[in-house]
Amino acid sequence: MNAIINYLKELFGGIKTLLTGMSVTGYYFVHPKAIITQQYPENRKTLKMFDRFKGEVTMPHDENNQHKCTACSICEINCPNGSIEVISKQVEKEDGKTKKELDIYKYHLDMCTFCGICIKVCPQDAIIFSQGFEHAVFNKAKLIKTLNKPGSSLKEKVKEVKEVI
Amino acid sequence: MEDLIITGPGIQDEEYIVNMGPQHPSTHGVLRLKIALKGETVERIEPHCGYIHRGIEKMCERLTYQQMIHLTDRMDYLSAHINNEAVCLLVENALQIEVPERVKYIRTILDELTRLASHELWWCAFGMDLGALTTYFYGLRDREPILDIFEETTGARLLQSFNVPGGLMNDIHPNFQKRVKEYITYFRKKLPEYDELLTGNVILQERTRDVGNLSLEDAISWGVTGPSGRASGFACDVRKHHPYSAYDKVDFNEILYTKGDSFHRYDARVREMWESLKILEQLIDNIPEGDYAVKMKPIIRLPEGEYYQRVEACRGEFGVYILSTGDKWPYRAKFRSPNFSNLSAINKMAAGFKIADLVAIGGSLDLVIPDIDR
Amino acid sequence: MAFNIYDLTSFNQSIDKFLYDNLPSFWAMIVEMTIIGVAFLLFYAVIGLFLVYAERKVCAFIQNRVGPNRVGPYGIFQTIADFIKLLMKEIIPIRKADQFLFNLAPFIVIIASFMAIAAIPFGLGLHAIDLNIGIFYVMAVSSLGVIGVLLAGWSSNNKYSLIGAMRSGAQIVSYELSVGLSMVTIVVLAGSMQLSEIVEAQRNGWFIFTGHVPAFIAFIIFMIASTAETNRGPFDLAEAESELTAGFHTEYSGIKFAFFFLAEYMNMFIVASIATTLFWGGWMPLHIGGWEGFNHVMDIIPPFFWYMGKTLVVIFLMMWFKWTFPRLRIDQLLKLEWKYLLPVNLFNLILMALVVLMKWHF
Ligand code: SF4
Ligand code: SF4
Repeated sequence: MNAIINYLKELFGGIKTLLTGMSVTGYYFVHPKAIITQQYPENRKTLKMFDRFKGEVTMPHDENNQHKCTACSICEINCPNGSIEVISKQVEKEDGKTKKELDIYKYHLDMCTFCGICIKVCPQDAIIFSQGFEHAVFNKAKLIKTLNKPGSSLKEKVKEVKEVI
Repeated sequence: MEDLIITGPGIQDEEYIVNMGPQHPSTHGVLRLKIALKGETVERIEPHCGYIHRGIEKMCERLTYQQMIHLTDRMDYLSAHINNEAVCLLVENALQIEVPERVKYIRTILDELTRLASHELWWCAFGMDLGALTTYFYGLRDREPILDIFEETTGARLLQSFNVPGGLMNDIHPNFQKRVKEYITYFRKKLPEYDELLTGNVILQERTRDVGNLSLEDAISWGVTGPSGRASGFACDVRKHHPYSAYDKVDFNEILYTKGDSFHRYDARVREMWESLKILEQLIDNIPEGDYAVKMKPIIRLPEGEYYQRVEACRGEFGVYILSTGDKWPYRAKFRSPNFSNLSAINKMAAGFKIADLVAIGGSLDLVIPDIDR
Repeated sequence: MAFNIYDLTSFNQSIDKFLYDNLPSFWAMIVEMTIIGVAFLLFYAVIGLFLVYAERKVCAFIQNRVGPNRVGPYGIFQTIADFIKLLMKEIIPIRKADQFLFNLAPFIVIIASFMAIAAIPFGLGLHAIDLNIGIFYVMAVSSLGVIGVLLAGWSSNNKYSLIGAMRSGAQIVSYELSVGLSMVTIVVLAGSMQLSEIVEAQRNGWFIFTGHVPAFIAFIIFMIASTAETNRGPFDLAEAESELTAGFHTEYSGIKFAFFFLAEYMNMFIVASIATTLFWGGWMPLHIGGWEGFNHVMDIIPPFFWYMGKTLVVIFLMMWFKWTFPRLRIDQLLKLEWKYLLPVNLFNLILMALVVLMKWHF
């Protein structure tokens, strides 16, 4: 007799747990409000990434096409992946002195792991992370970017050197 | 072809050798299991690792301690923040730097959020391993707000690299506390659903109870840690027994079971989510004011010697061993990854069970393959 | 009779008469068969595509997603686009496969489901053949599909496929029993094996209501067993993608894969149709005794819509199962059949016999 009671208990207990599970899925079926899918390409206009989102490294330029990079190469040394190449040139100033200036700031997006060390160590705050995340390209060469704009120059206001990390 | 023949005591008659992986839906990555089958019953399993070996330990020998951190993210990518913390704690302890209380609190909160996110992902993947596909989306749905919290504060959703030796990259975002509190209320409502949908389900119970038992002795001798070890009764919670960061200030239970079958491993993780919520509640309102990092020298040199630091990652004990010769990079770095030890016990657990059980056992171990291969 | 406006029997007969009057009887038969064949082919394709779409939408809503929404409004053309894609896909030849059987298998699967559909009464006078042993025929034909599955698994020369095929063999052989017995329970109540007569017997009340408890139990068992028979839901062991990648159809691609895919959905439709016919009154409208006005309104809805509506509800139930439960293990699957379903079923059959003998049913 006990065996039969146990058998029935097992049977109905099992069915009850199955129904509990179905009630959860059934609840969501009739509550389309719970849908969390984002319609990505459509919501491009309203989609806003968080300010700190590490999209890609960029070098902000002001309205006079000037950036803050002094070509000190600290970021290049600190990058664990060698994603940054700072190519500098010697420029002769009016007073006859030669000065190191940024020629090309090459950034290999394909090698970057977005660790953020370069941004943190830059004493001039010359580079920042932008929030763009649509990095897909058809040609890998397009991932190697030059961050300083053509014809840009150094902003004349050397800030105090910040302590590194 | 030699490669395809299982090694060991030699292939026997009527044994059916199946290669599960490296591309297989339920190995969760590029793990390859060579399985000797008799009918549906698994006779032996031989895990083959190395398909995603990237030489992280070797790479660390030429990276400074700050640079190393971003590689530890990429081992167990689901407990990225905890792995980061291990390296940072090691450096801080070696240099005897006391980090501000604020840093400790924030680190602990982020640790627990990471653990929640990881266990949620494990839950949904476990459901999927057993064929309940809907769990996958419920788990991901609940993980999403955590990733948003991470993104807002650390700038990345998965591989945060937010810890630096001496503190954090950044202070927390002003919204951080509010969002975490919102999340706790939200998830306290959703977590019972997990039990209704899966834990109580008679099919899951049948599939996991008394499947893949691992005794306490075996768990200790194979070094199975984390929730998987605790399901066998191995009290191995580093947070409890060797507290780091702010874990000594919070009150939580170490979830211990005795049987060590798949169901206990499952349940240990679900219960741990409740404990994580408890820890978060205790900390989130009490973050002390202060700096988010101490000033460190640009170049960190650890004094000569050997260092070891362990933390409780989502899947078990994660250890960092560093042998320093006083240089700015380690002479040797070694990571004790929990998944590697957990995987090693799979033959012990799954032999004699069915293929479907092997999938359930693999799921209940919560393997992350890049952590195994490093 | 209120149904007369929708009674297609005379319409069918007039076509039949017209053809036989104007053509030699052999050609008349050929033309008739062609017409019916084409009609079913169209029906098959439309229902198949619709069910794939429905399944994707249902599971999406259950899972807090939107589901297909790109091709056409609400993504209704998604499955058509998918089908075109499958048609254009390369059929990857498997060098070590048993070519003949490998190519034959998908056809067996799809033909089996095709044949079963012929006997199903979609409405008054709307069925291809009305065999006097209709249920028997449907049972026999629908279990032919497993041969295709076994052949596919065997001939692919793939270890996963073979395991999947063997599982499916064991599964269908056991569950055939429960499907049969639960059908027999209803046959006892209806007193006929002819599907049209079974439907007719439900004019004054669907069997699920008039048959008391045993009919309800039989329905539940039928649902479980037939879900298992169609390799769906928590019983999809033959495919079990987390264990066997894709089971018996791992090696199939292109249109041959599409055949398996379509056959799965059609099988689901067929078992749902049988459930409707046996338990939910087929194409009979809902009548409630004493509510004349209500009954009259119900009669206005054409029987075909009644039939499709009920079938879709049953299909939805099957989808709901599938998207909620974890998969069973092979030994548990067999245990469920032999330890629970079969004893309950036999007991239920006796109960039903008792109910019929004592005239307890309405
Ligand atoms: S974010 Fe890291 S990897 Fe990327 S460029 Fe900066 S330092 Fe290099
Ligand atoms: S970006 Fe900053 S760190 Fe890098 S070279 Fe320019 S100034 Fe130096």
